[in-house]
Amino acid sequence: MTATPAIEGWFTTGAQPALVGTRCTTCTTVFFPPTAGAGFCRNPACGGEAFEDVELSRHGVIWSYTDAQYQPPPPYVPRAPYEPFALAAVELPEGLVVLGQVADGYGVDDLRVGAEAELVVETLYTDDQGDHTIWRWKPVVEMGAEADG
Amino acid sequence: MSNDVVVAGVGMHPWGKWGRSFVEYGVHAARAALTDAAVDWRDVDLVVGGETVRNGYGGYVAGATFAQALGWNGARVATSYAACATGAQALDTARARILAGMCDVALVVGADTTPKGFLAPNAGERWDDPDWLRFRLLGMTNPAYFALYARRRMDLYGATQEDFAQVKVKNARHGLSNPYARYRKEVSAADVLGSAVVSDPLHLLDICATSDGAAAVVLTSVEHARKLGLADPVRVRAISTVTPTFPNTVLDMPNLSTDSSAVAGAPERTFKESIAHAAYEEAGIGPEDVGLAEVYDLSTALELDWIEDLGLCRRGEAETLLRAGDTTIGGRIPVNPSGGLACFGEAVPAQALAQVCEVTWQLRGQAAGRQVEGARVGITANQGLFGHGSSVLLSR
Repeated sequence: MTATPAIEGWFTTGAQPALVGTRCTTCTTVFFPPTAGAGFCRNPACGGEAFEDVELSRHGVIWSYTDAQYQPPPPYVPRAPYEPFALAAVELPEGLVVLGQVADGYGVDDLRVGAEAELVVETLYTDDQGDHTIWRWKPVVEMGAEADG
Repeated sequence: MSNDVVVAGVGMHPWGKWGRSFVEYGVHAARAALTDAAVDWRDVDLVVGGETVRNGYGGYVAGATFAQALGWNGARVATSYAACATGAQALDTARARILAGMCDVALVVGADTTPKGFLAPNAGERWDDPDWLRFRLLGMTNPAYFALYARRRMDLYGATQEDFAQVKVKNARHGLSNPYARYRKEVSAADVLGSAVVSDPLHLLDICATSDGAAAVVLTSVEHARKLGLADPVRVRAISTVTPTFPNTVLDMPNLSTDSSAVAGAPERTFKESIAHAAYEEAGIGPEDVGLAEVYDLSTALELDWIEDLGLCRRGEAETLLRAGDTTIGGRIPVNPSGGLACFGEAVPAQALAQVCEVTWQLRGQAAGRQVEGARVGITANQGLFGHGSSVLLSR
């Protein structure tokens, strides 16, 4: 069984996974997902049509968060039996907010607006072709953070 | 020169889960609006339909579908799609043709028949469609987006789930005697807080349902309204259908990310703020003149966001208004006197027009059982998918 990304070209895998954005070589604005703009810069002040892939920061600040207590409808592929999962929107140093599921084992009680989160890659679903992976946000809990709380 | 047009008539089909064709609802609402305006359908020279994507061929050509069902009368036709702002965009199309002097009487109709449960994307694999990808990759439903906004209010401004529940309590009370509302029943805060959590922190009763329904508006020029003998009619003072300004830095349904503000800098106003701002600018009316607001309470918490986006109070102060009863009928600035989406459930292409119907009845003093006394100016607001949103300002 192999593990393949649930979508091609949006994130790297390995020990230090990262989202893959695209940077306009004219105005340097970064976009995610990398398909955004379809070859034309979305900054209205820029006519750029050339882009380069860029790995986004692996750490960001939680903009907000929630969870999915009910099984989402297709085309979501749920695990059986369904397990609720958390979702977070994380603001990156590149100036954009990116949504993601929250890493396995963490729920809304582990999250708060303004706290730090780190990018990880985990299994989204498994079928007869193997595991399909996705980027996720994992809360960063510093040693002693509970005492600061 | 005035850019006003006149609301000569309004009409609705009751919201519910009727399971019939959207055409039937739309024609019912259209006939009600024509009767209200005392206008013969054969005198209508433009019909604009709000598109409904779930209802097949007829829904995609809504303008012509309604025109045929009313009986072909040779009117010009247009069809609009702008997600939740569909009705306002349709209204704007009618207004433009009237103001250009190319139309005297326009009929605008929106109607929908909705499925049960979560609104899901259309079938088929579409790897370039954010509305498909957000479900496929993240399981990100509409309520999950509403919940992100709600959580921010809690963590940034100290809102509580009890506050959100009180929005529902208020709106349920407002809608009790609205004959067009689907839900006409008192709801307690305990009912809301005792209902299942859908997406934390929102409970089932914090989130609006999806409904069947229809609304229609007859618009005329100011001059033609005089010919019809309409004294002191409600006027459309502004229709804002602005798109976002780059960079759009607030996460919007159905997107997986925002634009980056690193190069272009953060915008002066968020998208929702800019929707209302454009309406105020166009009308030369300020938030201090507004007597009531019909806003898109897809969730209870979202109503609080809108109150601030409309400039009715400062950022982070909407809970203070709510707790003081300011947003209740009889308070300083009643919000959703119709009962809002909490009592209606959303019928997408009809909803922005339903807001205009309600404000019209309020400004005429015809909102029996839910009347905001002495209201002279009302505003509507909504936002939907794909950069759509609208605000309509009306006054006597």
